[in-house]
Amino acid sequence: MTLFLEQLLNGMQLGVTLFLLAAGLTLIFGIMGVINLAHGSIYMIGAYAGTYVAATTGSFLLGIPAGLAAAALTGIAVEFLVVRQLYDRDHLDQVLATFGLILIFNQAITMIFGRQPLFVGLPDALSGSVELLPGLFYPLYRLAIIAVGLLVAAGLYLLINRTRVGMLVRAGSTNREMVRALGVDIRLLYTAVFALGALLAGLAGYMAGPILAVQVGMGEQILITTFVVVVIGGVGSVKGAFYASLLLGVTDTALRAYLPGLLRQVMVGPEADALGAGISSMGIYLLMAIVLLIRPKGLFAGNT
Amino acid sequence: MSFKGSVLALAATALVALPASAEPVKIGMITTLSGPAGYLGQDIRDGFKLAMEMEGGTLGGVPAELIVEDDGLKPGNGRQIAERLITNEGVKLFTGIVFSNVAGATVPDIVDSGGFYLSPNAGPSNLAGKGCHENYFVVSWQNDSLHESAGQNATNLGYKSAFVLAPNYQAGKDAIAGFKRYFKGDIVGEIYTSLDQTDFAAEMAQIRAAKPEAVFQFHPGGLGIAFLRQYQQAGLSETVPMVVAAPSMDGVTLAAVGDAALGLNVSSHWNSDFDNPANAAFMKAWTAAYDRPATYYASQGYDTALAMASALKATGGSLDDPAAFREALRKADFASVRGKFAFGPNQHPVQNWYALKVEKGADGKPELKTVGQVFEDRGDTYAAECKM
Repeated sequence: MTLFLEQLLNGMQLGVTLFLLAAGLTLIFGIMGVINLAHGSIYMIGAYAGTYVAATTGSFLLGIPAGLAAAALTGIAVEFLVVRQLYDRDHLDQVLATFGLILIFNQAITMIFGRQPLFVGLPDALSGSVELLPGLFYPLYRLAIIAVGLLVAAGLYLLINRTRVGMLVRAGSTNREMVRALGVDIRLLYTAVFALGALLAGLAGYMAGPILAVQVGMGEQILITTFVVVVIGGVGSVKGAFYASLLLGVTDTALRAYLPGLLRQVMVGPEADALGAGISSMGIYLLMAIVLLIRPKGLFAGNT
Repeated sequence: MSFKGSVLALAATALVALPASAEPVKIGMITTLSGPAGYLGQDIRDGFKLAMEMEGGTLGGVPAELIVEDDGLKPGNGRQIAERLITNEGVKLFTGIVFSNVAGATVPDIVDSGGFYLSPNAGPSNLAGKGCHENYFVVSWQNDSLHESAGQNATNLGYKSAFVLAPNYQAGKDAIAGFKRYFKGDIVGEIYTSLDQTDFAAEMAQIRAAKPEAVFQFHPGGLGIAFLRQYQQAGLSETVPMVVAAPSMDGVTLAAVGDAALGLNVSSHWNSDFDNPANAAFMKAWTAAYDRPATYYASQGYDTALAMASALKATGGSLDDPAAFREALRKADFASVRGKFAFGPNQHPVQNWYALKVEKGADGKPELKTVGQVFEDRGDTYAAECKM
């Protein structure tokens, strides 16, 4: 039972990390109609900038504003210099341009930081484990990630549902032309949304630093999964992205944890392991296929 | 990124000594320089270059030109580069490939065209056994040996049960098979992770539940860094010792993981603290030239250059008589940084394997220390199948 709860927490932690990335991606996709492959690069930039500052100053906290600022500024620059030219083009042009950005960012990071992954330790205050239930120890840092992720989700909910900016964002994702016709400065809104998305990606990147490897190409590893989240949740829906992230995180973790064991009940050991590993790495894509069969526009399309 | 660096140095003395070979020998280095695994190729290249620079831009007194190309970890690229270098540049001597899948696509083309290939890293099983070739030499190791030495190391350390993990691809499966071949205890759990997986929390929970005496894992590069950090964060590094092979813990990984690596058992054919004159010279030159830790990849690049130099010296820089060049190479007449070194019947190394442990160094930073020997004069499992 404790093992199950631990796996559930693991799934949630993966889920909220995905959510931080997916929230920005779905807003950018839903409101501006831009497929931004460079979102993963912004995640990487947040991780590198934050980790570099944290490593030089020795303070984990100082890394947070550094990572967030670097990611947000990169986001604004990308929107201003590249994406702005692409709003009226078709998706293929956008994919091509933002894919080019991935190559440029990867190479730039290699030139600045070299090919060796950066080292970052856990902040001392969060380095231990806590006993949540008798026998259930869980790393404090992962709990902190879950907490931050949920806080961000709550903040986004308030921002989108209770503020004027949020109203424009919701309107923009439903009917872009109408918002423009009503005299809203859509360009400013676009830049703001892009910056917000980049900020969240940078936060995800910096928080993932002590757990994963801060290295060139780390964004591409998680980008595909993030797109799966966006598609399952429904393009443009932050609420959808939230539920889809958690669903995906828990599904992925549960499959990896339990499927080989279940298969071993009915099959020979090595075959069960191989098949289990195969199916669990396909799991999230199978989930996406099933969701698309039932709800072709995603779970929460159109009711942000 | 396409990187083309050429070291062209014509030492005047060498020219006087060898008037016949005014043209430098061209060496094609096809290696992986881009992407997360780029540091592997970078170290092989720089180790090789270091050996050349220490001899005034020559290999064994023979002027040499090194042509470096990036394969981007794509087998197709490796093959195209090899074809281009063979036809356009007339290169007959190749080295550099980091990954087995690239080697598998590229090496056969090189040796079939009459060229020589000396591997500074990848040693796939299919080219070590039935697929061996008289123009194909491996200076590093046969892939399985890495993990067999880890298995033997775990047995020597007295562990009765182990939990094994590796990514679900050929090298991962080979790693687990190699480990099992020499581990005498029970395997209490076996997990194949996904190659694009960065979060191992689910696996950590399963390890804890299985209560093994030791964990063996093979996760090269960034995957390994993530795995080790999460292993420590899950509190497992204090309770379950870990045994790994060299690719899971090199100097670069160690710098990125930090204290999470303390206590780790590694088995390797080389370590920076080896006490022999060749290694002392290599470490001194490396530290002076580069501002980063020397990895075993660098040592292999360096050894490959020395092996090439020994054969070029014997033939006076000529590749016109392949049989003479091959004979000279087979003698392995060079001082390896590993100490004892010879080529076996399939032209793969016969060498010692050592047990290393990650401990706190004098400056408080974790470092790899050699603590014992695992295998002596060990060839590989496939040598018997090779008929030349």
